[in-house]
Amino acid sequence: MIVAKRKPLEQIEGFLEGAERVLVVGCGTCVAVCMAGGEKEVEILAEQLRMRAKLAGRRQQIDEVTVTRQCDREYFAPLAACVDQYDLLLSTACGAGVQFLAERFDHKPVLPALNTLFIGVAEGPGVWSQRCTACADCILDQTGGICPMTMCAKNLLNGPCGGTNHGKCEVDGTKDCAWTLIYRRLEKLGRLDLLKKIQLPKDYSVATKPARFTHEAFQKAENQEP
Amino acid sequence: MNDTQASHAAHGAGHELETGKAYEPKVVAYCCTYCAYTAADLAGSMRLSYSPQVRIIKTLCTGKIDALLLLKAFEEGADAVFVAGCNIGDCHFLEGNLRAIQVVAHAKHLLAEIGLEPERLEFFHIPASAGPLFAQRANQMVERAMALGPNPLRFSAHEKYGKKLQREPDSHPALPPARFGRLVTEAEREKGATPVRTPEGTIPGA
Repeated sequence: MIVAKRKPLEQIEGFLEGAERVLVVGCGTCVAVCMAGGEKEVEILAEQLRMRAKLAGRRQQIDEVTVTRQCDREYFAPLAACVDQYDLLLSTACGAGVQFLAERFDHKPVLPALNTLFIGVAEGPGVWSQRCTACADCILDQTGGICPMTMCAKNLLNGPCGGTNHGKCEVDGTKDCAWTLIYRRLEKLGRLDLLKKIQLPKDYSVATKPARFTHEAFQKAENQEP
Repeated sequence: MNDTQASHAAHGAGHELETGKAYEPKVVAYCCTYCAYTAADLAGSMRLSYSPQVRIIKTLCTGKIDALLLLKAFEEGADAVFVAGCNIGDCHFLEGNLRAIQVVAHAKHLLAEIGLEPERLEFFHIPASAGPLFAQRANQMVERAMALGPNPLRFSAHEKYGKKLQREPDSHPALPPARFGRLVTEAEREKGATPVRTPEGTIPGA
């Protein structure tokens, strides 16, 4: 899932300067799970902004709505009816959602309320960690299910550097050395032979941005479009 | 007037509400039904007097309370809010009070962001047997609200509801006229003289 965190309130408040009617648009998928921009968080943010406006003696109407996802066009349809009533949309989606909302309602300013952090997992309640860098060429089959592209500070693909220090990383002593983890995992699986295979230099051309992907089942239809 | 009340009056003199009334803090207490609410009940049974400015809201477990509920209380004009739950390890639902401690800490952070004093909000452990402790905590929060002065949002909340409370806490909708033992004649029914109150409103002649 995409993990994000809310921007500081001062920054968000700065975005809203001069806007009388603001719609806070939440996203009910990834950012709802990471407690940054779902229905509950939108309610809290809107409440905070309303209280700030009242404290500053500003007349500002702050409404809230949460859609299922901001990365799918169909969920914007119900918004179309009410967007024109507002001066500004504040999106609590990840960067992708904000851009898609801005593209759909390109006559209104759409501003981000979150900083998008990474693709990760929930380690425990309220704690998330990165697990994937979307390198477009997965090698987890050879590394015991631990990603050196993400977990290793130097993105090394053929074993640890000389800086591994009792299982910790030399770049950040609080983090585990990815290759120590990989060695232990492969040892447990009885697949240490995988380490003997030399990984060729990573092909970064497959991960050039901005990436675009069309599912095979839809390629033909797309080509036939006039 | 005892010492506490006298000190309240002295403190409150500086804070005049728009209506011209002296500042009387409103303190909302979210109490867990198993511990703190029972303690408040016990305080009453023990004839302990504590500040009448405390409004108790009974919740099944403090674990149900979330940051939004606490923010709403402040938006609607509460001067101080406290959440009172069980002692650690005593929660009827095992860890509701532990969750409430985290939620209150988060809500304090949210309040500070808004620009309200986080001290207006507090979490207390009050076991069911501690009637005097409840009275003490209640007075403590009222004193704190006195020292901090009125919540600046109180005025906008006051304006919003036409300078009245949103709903008078002791007002109830008028009861329907008693029908038991009363002769209702055909003529009366036809005229619609015995209105029956329904949840939707009054239906004359029903």
